[in-house]
Amino acid sequence: MSTLKTEYDVIIVGGGATGAGTARDCALRGLRVLLIERFDLTAGATGRNHGLLHSGARYAVTDRESATECIRENMTLRRIARHCVEDTGGLFITLPEDDLNYQNTFIDACLAAGISAKEISPDEARRIEPAVNPSLIGAVKVPDGAIDPFRLTTANIIDATRHGAEILTYHEVTGFIRSGSAIKGVEIRNSRSGAMSKAFGNLVINAAGIWGHLLAKKAGVEVNMFPAKGSLLIFGHRVNNTVINRCRKPANADILVPGDTICLIGTTSDRVPFSEIDNMEVTPEEVAVLIGEGQKLAPSLATTRILRAYSGVRPLVADDNDPSGRSISRGIVCLDHSTRDGLDGLITITGGKLMTYRLMAEMASDMACRKLGIEGKSCVTAEQPLPGSNGKPDEPTATGRFHRKHIIDLPTEQLAAESRHGDMARSIEWTGSDSGALVCECEQVSVGEVDFAINKLHVHNLINLRRRTRLGMGTCQGHLCACRAAGLLEKADKCTSDALDDLSSFINERWKGMYPVAWGDTMSEIQMMAWMYEGVAGLTPDLTSEQQ
Amino acid sequence: MKFDTVIIGGGLSGLTAGISLAEAGRKVAIVSTGQSAMHFSSGSLELLSCPGNPIEAMAKLPSDHPYSRLGADRAARFAAEVPGIFARAGIKTAGTHEANHYRLTPVGMFKPAWLTLEDYITVENPADIPWRSACVINLHGFLDFYPDFIAAGLNRAGVSTRTVAISAPAIERRRESTTEMRATNIARVLHGDTAKELARAIRNAASPDDEMILLPAVAGFRDFEASRMLKAEVGRPMAYVATMGTSVPGVRAQLMLERRFTALGGTYLPGDTVVRGHFDGTRLKAVETANFRSDLLHARDFILTSGSFFSRGLVATPERVEEPVFGLDVSTPVRSPELFNKDLFSPQPFMKSGILTQGSDFKAMRDGLPIENLHVCGSALAGADALKEGSGAGIATLTALAVSEKLKNNN
Repeated sequence: MSTLKTEYDVIIVGGGATGAGTARDCALRGLRVLLIERFDLTAGATGRNHGLLHSGARYAVTDRESATECIRENMTLRRIARHCVEDTGGLFITLPEDDLNYQNTFIDACLAAGISAKEISPDEARRIEPAVNPSLIGAVKVPDGAIDPFRLTTANIIDATRHGAEILTYHEVTGFIRSGSAIKGVEIRNSRSGAMSKAFGNLVINAAGIWGHLLAKKAGVEVNMFPAKGSLLIFGHRVNNTVINRCRKPANADILVPGDTICLIGTTSDRVPFSEIDNMEVTPEEVAVLIGEGQKLAPSLATTRILRAYSGVRPLVADDNDPSGRSISRGIVCLDHSTRDGLDGLITITGGKLMTYRLMAEMASDMACRKLGIEGKSCVTAEQPLPGSNGKPDEPTATGRFHRKHIIDLPTEQLAAESRHGDMARSIEWTGSDSGALVCECEQVSVGEVDFAINKLHVHNLINLRRRTRLGMGTCQGHLCACRAAGLLEKADKCTSDALDDLSSFINERWKGMYPVAWGDTMSEIQMMAWMYEGVAGLTPDLTSEQQ
Repeated sequence: MKFDTVIIGGGLSGLTAGISLAEAGRKVAIVSTGQSAMHFSSGSLELLSCPGNPIEAMAKLPSDHPYSRLGADRAARFAAEVPGIFARAGIKTAGTHEANHYRLTPVGMFKPAWLTLEDYITVENPADIPWRSACVINLHGFLDFYPDFIAAGLNRAGVSTRTVAISAPAIERRRESTTEMRATNIARVLHGDTAKELARAIRNAASPDDEMILLPAVAGFRDFEASRMLKAEVGRPMAYVATMGTSVPGVRAQLMLERRFTALGGTYLPGDTVVRGHFDGTRLKAVETANFRSDLLHARDFILTSGSFFSRGLVATPERVEEPVFGLDVSTPVRSPELFNKDLFSPQPFMKSGILTQGSDFKAMRDGLPIENLHVCGSALAGADALKEGSGAGIATLTALAVSEKLKNNN
């Protein structure tokens, strides 16, 4: 068993938005930070949601506190994470089967929570969003948007590392190092090699989402969480340019969010046992609900190709005095296990939602500083832009300025790269002999962008590369680009057997989202994918890894 | 318009049937919607993927498999005809149905094959490759070819292999556009002086110790001229390896078979689709196409070679699996979750979905009744997992020859 050299102030467990945000916040305050993630960044719930920049309107009637948090963070993220946010605006529509009286209750609740909600006529709604169900009888405009959780998390990680944080992906915390009633560090297993090591720290922050329940158990404390599975469908193109919600109490499949080249309908919500959280499958029943309800928001979804289905697990946290889990808090839960359980050196930050990741990070970091006796270090993450979002708000980024000044069109792959990486796209090579060549045509990812991702964005395999660049997320679901990208990764790493195993895993992971919706063009696509990779290339399954 | 036979589907199976009938003097039309699976060919045809004799291995197949319905003797007889059909179209192949050889895949694996296009690399036995050293040469910036994977595969097989990247000016100019370095675009410029320049670059890159030179299969999509010329100019043992994505030799084989068919007097109708059939009881009288509409295609016999899901010979909806032109009976009419395995590399039951047929001449059925003069060939047939079995090209050609023999004997 080896030991990492440094001793850390905080060891953060979990590479989702919350963990990444906490790593950034703590690092900005000068703490020595280690972040440990069992698989890849964004591999859990962070990468498996709507990508909705909530205005908070959804919660306005039922949960005022969440609504207020949402709108405040919404405005903050528009400033600090510009390159991850798209200001699409949102509509809450009332359909003939809904109660139009609810609309006034809804608007009042929004305004009370500080959310600008404006009633508009059905005609105006159809003008703003031609894809909307034309039979709507009421509409309210709210400041919803789209946010890319992959970019958001990566940007937090990059800033954290710039401020000295260390990031260990594909490492799992298997146990805690204790001294009396205090936690002094963690035992770590390399998820790929199985090698064990240790890291010592003054404080461990459990930011592992639903997996935090299991992590807390390893420390001997109970955080009563319930896994709630939410399934979504991705459509093959952007049917809508404005977020469309149903104006009624939150229910299944009532949000349609545009994002990049696609749109997403979701979600369902079902409690699942812990035994399922690492191996979730979207059921035919869930697919049917999503399609049925989705068509009510935008009828053209009925004839739009579905690219894939996927699901994530929300960590629902039961109140401490209600172990049955009937009384669920949807809000942020930040636990000091020292005062709660008499166990020093452990904080759990959970509950909440993607929208409030930064606030969660701030609360956890505040608590960490308090416990470590660090004074005079306040949170700056609400003001300081993330890497990629530097420059004045509303001002176009470097390429965009050039673009306007010269009134020429940049090649689409450069525009796409800039939309993905913001001002970080400046470090992408475009002039090298191969760097402009397209690897992924669907999402316009070039060789230069792949190289940039490999060098700068913690990319070790094809799945990492997809999450950082959208490679393989488009209409062909990777069947044309995966092999090309595997070739490039192999060049960077020089291990062909690993590269081929990686390719098998990647293709199989794409497959898992496709077969639940395999009909029409997606049916043609999956047969062709199988033919190309198993038939023409002769790939065999990767039996060595369980990477995510 | 009146024909002896109208074939619906212009891929390997339809062209094989069409050429076979046209060679016997029949008046044949082929209606082809678009690209066929041949456009993504590996460069090889597979009969049945196994070590040794594929005909003998057919005995182990279930009784409803298209091969079982042909019987080993007929299968062997038809398999022996295929190289001749290809050769008369100008396509030379290596291999025989009596013993599989091995092809080299784009990621360096060896897989059993029946016939391989003449310019591709093949080996009799991967454990005993006669050449002991090789140089895998790629073109700069060509992303659908993986020299390192191929080299690793060859090194595993005991062939000492190195990799090099080269180029030629006309190919370099392709690279100025970000999407131009694809196999078919390279093939478009790879002739004449460009081929000579490339051959020079290959001669310079290869060392005298390289017993075999391997190139991506990007030469010549109309005919074998560019491929043969490049080989002659290099003047050393050289062969091609399949690329991923669009297959230049696959497109070439498709075009050459089409030319052979039309040279024999066949009518090839590309970019057209059969939209419905006109029946008289259990006989199909004529078909209506999207382009010709009321000008129906009449024929005594019809052959459906419209392929599987990929070619839309079968169509899946959320609830059903259907044959979209005539509403024929299919083996899996309900699109249930049981058709799919969550692991891509496990057997996928949907791969066996297809049209149900009756008799040794594969008569299609509707509502349980056979249609006397509508025959089904190729991957549209139910009962075979062509991917797992490595039987796609064999079923396509052998069933086509079985049906055309029957039609020739009928009249």
